[in-house]
Amino acid sequence: MNLLQLSWKNLINKPLNMALSLILFALGVGLISLLLNLNHQIEENFNKNLAGVDLVIGAKGSPLQMILCNMYHVDNPTGNIPLEKSRAFLNPKHPLISLAVPLSLGDSYRGYRIAGTTYDILELYKAELDEGKLWAQTMEVTVGAAVADNLHLHIGDTFRSSHGLVEGIEEHEHDFKVVGILKPNGSVIDQLILTPTESIWESHEHQASADSPQDSSETVPLQESGAEHDHDHEGHVHRTEPPADYDSLTLRKLAEEDRLHLMEQTDKDITSILIRFRSRTNIQALNMGRSINENTDLMAASPPNEIARLQTNLGIGTDALKVLAWVIVVVSGLSIFISLFSSLKDRKYELALMRVMGGSPGTLFNLILLEGLLLAVLGYVIGIVMSHVGLTFLAGFMKSAFRYSFSGWTFLPAEAGLLIGAIAVGILAALIPALQARRTDISETLAKG
Amino acid sequence: MLKTENLQYSYNSGPALRFPDIHCETGEHWLLLGQSGCGKTTLLHLLGGLLTPRQGKVILGQTTLNALSSSQLDKFRGKNIGIIFQNPHFVRSLTVGENLALAQQLAGVPADKNRIVHLLDRLAIGHKINAKTSDLSQGERQRAAIARALVNKPEVILADEPTSALDDVNTEEVIRLLEETASEVNATLLVVTHDGRLKEKFSKQINLNG
Repeated sequence: MNLLQLSWKNLINKPLNMALSLILFALGVGLISLLLNLNHQIEENFNKNLAGVDLVIGAKGSPLQMILCNMYHVDNPTGNIPLEKSRAFLNPKHPLISLAVPLSLGDSYRGYRIAGTTYDILELYKAELDEGKLWAQTMEVTVGAAVADNLHLHIGDTFRSSHGLVEGIEEHEHDFKVVGILKPNGSVIDQLILTPTESIWESHEHQASADSPQDSSETVPLQESGAEHDHDHEGHVHRTEPPADYDSLTLRKLAEEDRLHLMEQTDKDITSILIRFRSRTNIQALNMGRSINENTDLMAASPPNEIARLQTNLGIGTDALKVLAWVIVVVSGLSIFISLFSSLKDRKYELALMRVMGGSPGTLFNLILLEGLLLAVLGYVIGIVMSHVGLTFLAGFMKSAFRYSFSGWTFLPAEAGLLIGAIAVGILAALIPALQARRTDISETLAKG
Repeated sequence: MLKTENLQYSYNSGPALRFPDIHCETGEHWLLLGQSGCGKTTLLHLLGGLLTPRQGKVILGQTTLNALSSSQLDKFRGKNIGIIFQNPHFVRSLTVGENLALAQQLAGVPADKNRIVHLLDRLAIGHKINAKTSDLSQGERQRAAIARALVNKPEVILADEPTSALDDVNTEEVIRLLEETASEVNATLLVVTHDGRLKEKFSKQINLNG
């Protein structure tokens, strides 16, 4: 029967008091841990998906919306940009741009976004093929690992896209065909359906002619900017298939050919261009965004800047919540203090008795301190478990909301710091009662017994 | 051997209480008689090292209690002095057996489950070893208190009005067991009481009133 066992038995002897203190403490710790984890994972996912993109060029609107849409695929496009005005950025010979990935968005299949693009997107996200082949011909798609997994898509499957990011809204009439599946790599590409830009044009070309006029008031992202419809399938090219043993150089070459081809389609639209500079220290490159915004109808935004701004804004909210959570921890410390202090009155005789049995004043001090500590550590453990169980539940929701893989069971160094904070609160709460216990006058207490 | 020399105590500014010198040889059983308010409990606390005398000394065996440091005194008391109080109190969150184990642990005596079982059996409450102390009857509680006082085989057992809350049958039984178990460990037994029922049971008596 050592002191630790004794303090534990003392605690469970008053289960209601203990439960109240524990619940409060766990609530505070759990909230803090939850916030820390959510913040960290969102930040990590945002940063992981920056993918070395220096600039996004799209239609004028909210820069943050453009970044969220084109980099993170969680928002709608700001609009479309005519290739006529943006073709210069696609030029492989551009002196400042090393990588330019055109994106054509707007359609989805059962909640997963279809992106018309070039092979350069694989380079951006360092994605690799798992099975099948890369998209090459119009209406062929290669799907991200999460898409294949969650929608049970296999090579050879066909599907119809729907408009926007929500499933079930008006289906387009053209069948996409799955020709390949990517390896999972933890970035947003896992959640994308990749296809040639022409597939998007094709499905919308027919869509545009079939749609009633009022539908087009909505941001129909991809219809031809030209008034006249070109029905000879100008965009429908026969593309060279990448060889089976392709390497990244071959893909870059093919992507460049694609870009050159897109540059010729001056009557067509795309949604955006993701740009990586040749040099990040080049003054001209750094000024490119501003000059686009000032001198053209296009909008340019830097993903790191927008995300940093977003995080600052989100941070204010989480900071306020964190303060609230710490207030709960302090209140729970107070509840530990009150419950220990009031239990001292009941236990005065017991404590004196422990002195009679050979305990020193230090023994009593340690006993009460241990009770406070035990509550704090237990509350911490319960709180952390609650937070991570909560995170696992949230993970599913976060996945669909933010299109990232979330995990409930990664632990942060800050949570170790939280343990130290919890222990400090436990000690502080128990300190005065422990000192009081230490001062117990044995003779007087026993004589009154 | 337990003896006192010229023992005096005073509460704050109150008048000094003077106690007659006591001399008990090892293994002897003594009765200290006195009316309420004559300082019986004070004397018992002085003998048990729970109070420090204003004057005089308490000597147990080779040890003068007032010469020990506070922490030495705590350990010494836990190991060598068993005290039984008028109202038996226990650590409520623990069972009877655990209370006895705590007494061993606090005195720095190695845990000895056999001793606990044996002692409780001897006091006819062996079946209560896993019972909460609040579930015991008054007589059982007093017997459990005796067990706790005896668990470390102390040199001296001090009992403060151990029978005042008991009926005649239980008084008889508790005193018999107290004397028997004290003898078994050859402990000096000192019973402080105003209970006239005990007068004829002890041959060695000290009267505090006179």
